[in-house]
Amino acid sequence: MNDRPMNPYLAGVLLGLVLLLTVFVTGRGLGASGATKSVVVAAVGAAAPEHAAANPFYAKLVGPGHENPLKAWLVFEVAGVLLGAFVSGLGAGRLKVGTERGPRVSVRGRLLFAAAGGALFGAGAQLARGCTSGAALSGMAVLSVAGFVTMLAIFGTGFAFAWFTRGLWLPGKAER
Amino acid sequence: MGPFVPDLITDQLNLVVALAVGFLFGFVLEQAGFSSSRRLVGVFYGYDLTVLRVFFTAAVTAAAGILLLAAGGLLDLKAIFVNPTWLWPAIVGGAIMGLGFLLGGFCPGTSVCAAAIGKVDAMAFLGGSVLGVFSYAELFPRLAAFADSSALGPALVPDALGVSAGLFVLLLAAAAIAAFAVGGVVERKVAGAAAPSSAFPRRLHVASAALLLAVAGLAAALPDRKARLVAKVSAPGYVPHHLVRPMSPDELAFRIVDGDHRLRVVDLRGEAARAARPLPGAVSVPADDVLGREWRDVFARRMVQKVVVAPTEEEARTAAFLLVETGFENLAYLAGGFPAFERTILTPGAPAGEPRFAPVVERFRTEARAALAERARLEKEAGTPAPRKAKKVQGGC
Repeated sequence: MNDRPMNPYLAGVLLGLVLLLTVFVTGRGLGASGATKSVVVAAVGAAAPEHAAANPFYAKLVGPGHENPLKAWLVFEVAGVLLGAFVSGLGAGRLKVGTERGPRVSVRGRLLFAAAGGALFGAGAQLARGCTSGAALSGMAVLSVAGFVTMLAIFGTGFAFAWFTRGLWLPGKAER
Repeated sequence: MGPFVPDLITDQLNLVVALAVGFLFGFVLEQAGFSSSRRLVGVFYGYDLTVLRVFFTAAVTAAAGILLLAAGGLLDLKAIFVNPTWLWPAIVGGAIMGLGFLLGGFCPGTSVCAAAIGKVDAMAFLGGSVLGVFSYAELFPRLAAFADSSALGPALVPDALGVSAGLFVLLLAAAAIAAFAVGGVVERKVAGAAAPSSAFPRRLHVASAALLLAVAGLAAALPDRKARLVAKVSAPGYVPHHLVRPMSPDELAFRIVDGDHRLRVVDLRGEAARAARPLPGAVSVPADDVLGREWRDVFARRMVQKVVVAPTEEEARTAAFLLVETGFENLAYLAGGFPAFERTILTPGAPAGEPRFAPVVERFRTEARAALAERARLEKEAGTPAPRKAKKVQGGC
């Protein structure tokens, strides 16, 4: 954290305006986890079409009569996120291959926990029909119950269990 | 009026829009510092509350902005996607995501940003999320019953609380500002001088909070578009820009029986009244929904006179004026409301005006009554047309 990010209020207003623009033009909000779903569905549909046809999770999106699952709004949007973040990082001099980790975690440990966290997030987002962006933030913008419930559940659980994962992020007692 | 999907922006073009708004989304997230997992999880340990400030400021900005656009008649709230609620799946899924946040340090959107600038841990997170989705998908046949339980549909919080959307956004802004203030105290206690919120002056915090409250307050104070228009057309001395004429029951009956193609009856009476006393060829529009998108093509035909029929003349006239205010032309309303039509046309023996014409008028009304009944019978045999539905945007993850 050698660099200073944008003022959080300004960033929040800009993020809100991007979301507002999206709703105004397209009638829907932003998202992220839906793109992962499209990738998984497309991969399974290509590798094992019969298996995909037997499971409604895939069959709703792939197979005869469906467009390529990768031709989805969120896949293009996430491609845009990748580009936008890259350009921002380039401008701010933050492009650097590396692993960011807490002071008490090895690189390997950090990568394992990151993958585990990703797996939980991926699965949880399917159950809740969206992640922090698609369900919580976009849902809160349209004042949906799902948006607020998902937001409270994510952050409430985060606060409730943060103590147990402090070793991943905080320095040990001796270093403090 | 937004949204422009699917009427103005096709599905193909929408993908280009997706790429463009995604670019902005990614750019802002990265600028906000969300490509750093240690900053993101700082919210849970109190040393960096950037996430709290950015996330709630964004939510209030977008929510207030949506209400302001709607109040200005620029955005159709009924057409935008509201993510439906499955209550328990949202709670359990959210809790699983909260644990994922603690272990992984990212959420899906921020992991994409961090991966874009070279963070290997974010790439691991993304790889993990593919595995997570795949595992969920493989278990889906067994999870489906729970995943589809406690469905509430596209429920809205202000409706559930019984407050207006504007007031709720104002409360949300107040809650956000309170959280920022408490968060700032916690942050300085935990991180001391390194607290991100001490990096800029106090007056900037205060000014931001004031701005947020002002925008939310504006959203709460502005009446919604329809209420504003109703107030306008109900005011004494209101004169519509375009001609709106009263139509007598006899003219209406004559033009219906005559099969006048330049007439369209817009029936606001509701299902029960319509079933009891049908008006042949009428399009049935719910009284509180005359400005809905699904009727637009009916009202937009300028060569056709749209005559509004309602239980009272006042209701019909107000609806016709509302339509004129939103840009439609060639409107009329049934004089005397439907009871006048029922009394003079549908009931035998009504007073028929001047004695010299009375026999002719009476004969016309008798014939019209029979013709209307016959037309209604034929229409009933043909079956009811499929109800009109406004195109709704599909969204969600």
